[in-house]
Amino acid sequence: MSENIIEIKNLHKSFNYVKAVNGISFKVKRGELFAFLGVNGAGKSTTINILTGILKKDSGECFIDGHNVNETMKILTNIGIVFQSSILDSKLNVYENLKYRAMLYSLSKSEFNERLNFFINRFELKDILKKPVGKLSGGQKRKIDIVRALIHHPKILILDEPTTGLDPKTRKIVWGLIEELRATNGLTVLLTTHYMEEATRANYVVIIDNGNIVTEGTPAYLKEKYANDYLKIYKYSKDLQAFLLKSDLNYKINNGIIEIKLSSTNEAKEFILNHSNDIEDLEIIKGTMDDVFLNATGKDLEKI
Amino acid sequence: MKQRLLQLYYLTLRDIKIYFKDKMVFLVSLITPMILLVLFITFLKTTYEDTILNIVGEFSISNKLLNAFSGGWLLSSVLATSCVTVSFCSGIMTLDKISKADIDFKVTPVNKSLITFAYVFSNYIATLIVCFILLIIGLIYLSIIGFYLNFIDILLIIANILLTSLFATLIANIIWSFTKSQGVVSGICTLLSALYGFICGAYMPIDSMGEFFKIFTSFLPGTYSTILFRKGFLNSVLNAMEKDLPNEIVNAIANSFDVNMSFFNQNINILTMFLVSIISIIIASIILILISYFKDKSKT
Repeated sequence: MSENIIEIKNLHKSFNYVKAVNGISFKVKRGELFAFLGVNGAGKSTTINILTGILKKDSGECFIDGHNVNETMKILTNIGIVFQSSILDSKLNVYENLKYRAMLYSLSKSEFNERLNFFINRFELKDILKKPVGKLSGGQKRKIDIVRALIHHPKILILDEPTTGLDPKTRKIVWGLIEELRATNGLTVLLTTHYMEEATRANYVVIIDNGNIVTEGTPAYLKEKYANDYLKIYKYSKDLQAFLLKSDLNYKINNGIIEIKLSSTNEAKEFILNHSNDIEDLEIIKGTMDDVFLNATGKDLEKI
Repeated sequence: MKQRLLQLYYLTLRDIKIYFKDKMVFLVSLITPMILLVLFITFLKTTYEDTILNIVGEFSISNKLLNAFSGGWLLSSVLATSCVTVSFCSGIMTLDKISKADIDFKVTPVNKSLITFAYVFSNYIATLIVCFILLIIGLIYLSIIGFYLNFIDILLIIANILLTSLFATLIANIIWSFTKSQGVVSGICTLLSALYGFICGAYMPIDSMGEFFKIFTSFLPGTYSTILFRKGFLNSVLNAMEKDLPNEIVNAIANSFDVNMSFFNQNINILTMFLVSIISIIIASIILILISYFKDKSKT
């Protein structure tokens, strides 16, 4: 059994003259939480649609658990997918939705009931089982979407922008469920998102822009490589202010708090040691994935 | 094979449940033909009875026979149109494209043509349910005003409902294969509800149409099913008329009210009409299978 459950080599896909995916390659290890990061239109969903057989690739190779993606019948039994918006039948109740979908994966009635009971207990679904999906709250719908994706016991869970449009509380619930399933089932999760803080949960991150992979690595590596550290100084002497005025450092003062942008933690440490007599209270803030994205792609997420 | 049949069963069951969960769609499907029947009885019944009385002339005909004939004619018209309009007004395939539920099925290990067949079967079953409810209501109505149907007539009507509904369902799903718009479904449903009755000779006898339309309608499979409904509902009434009226008069009534059909002056018998329906179904099935196959092959 290969260490990698998903392998993509030199994948190309164009729509007329627009290159949606332009020769990307990456591997996803078994049991990994893999984040595919990019703005809308970067090529994330196109890649997912090729992996799930919805779209045909122009060229390149895609393998899921050793099977070529062209063998759709073999690969689709191993994949569960949560789409950006819920596409369950709003008129049917939760039980009907789950049953009619599960039976398409050749589950016997007893297997279905066993899986359903597992999720009923785990996700507290008993009270909503007979409710029409259209009458559920956003969070409840998301729960059911995840259960629908996992009801046939897939090896890979694909989450296509799973928390878009959800409130912070519901996002927390959704992430709680995903983490629990990874811990208990060893599930591989392929996540596409444009929420940078969600990507920090991943074991490995690939940043895609205009159909090309811009950079990739663990969140720690990417932060180290692309993000800046910030030194916040709350109590300081006038000498420090005078020093900063003369220096070339990138800094600003807000409400009396000095915030200095530094390229690395080492530079921050060096600055603190050199000015230890002028600083009474400080804080070092590590760079965020927003910084990584901005520095890697040149695109400010807040302006997109 | 067993697995595929189970997948087809659950997909069909899901589609049927969605159709019947929307009680308004079901009620409208059922009420529309019933309104049509009431309108027919209110406004056209006497017109058709006057036509019969004109043909009969100095001979006498009982009210029961007259009612049974006009009632049977109206019921055959309503069933001929309903088998088609009901199937065209329940486009689950298009609804799934709009809600994107179709994508959820595309990521399951189910043969894509199986998904299409499930849409056809569910549409067919929903159409049959509505049409058989209408048939029962119609038979109750006939039993009140004058019932002459025998077992063979009822079998003929049932067989014709099965074939006409299947043909209409296949054609509807061929059209739904090319649209993602609820507006198109509603538009075609409205257009068909208004036009189909005239085109297939359900609203007015083909015999009273101009020569061009007589030829035009003889090329439409729908016309043959309308005539088969006429035969099912009226053959026994005409046989009963033969006891009181000369054969020439009974034949004139049958010809005026489309119980008989000719294709370029050649009389068409019941077997040929069924054959036309069956061949039309086979052709429509092949077209739908080809569309389903090529759509899957040519996904972008």
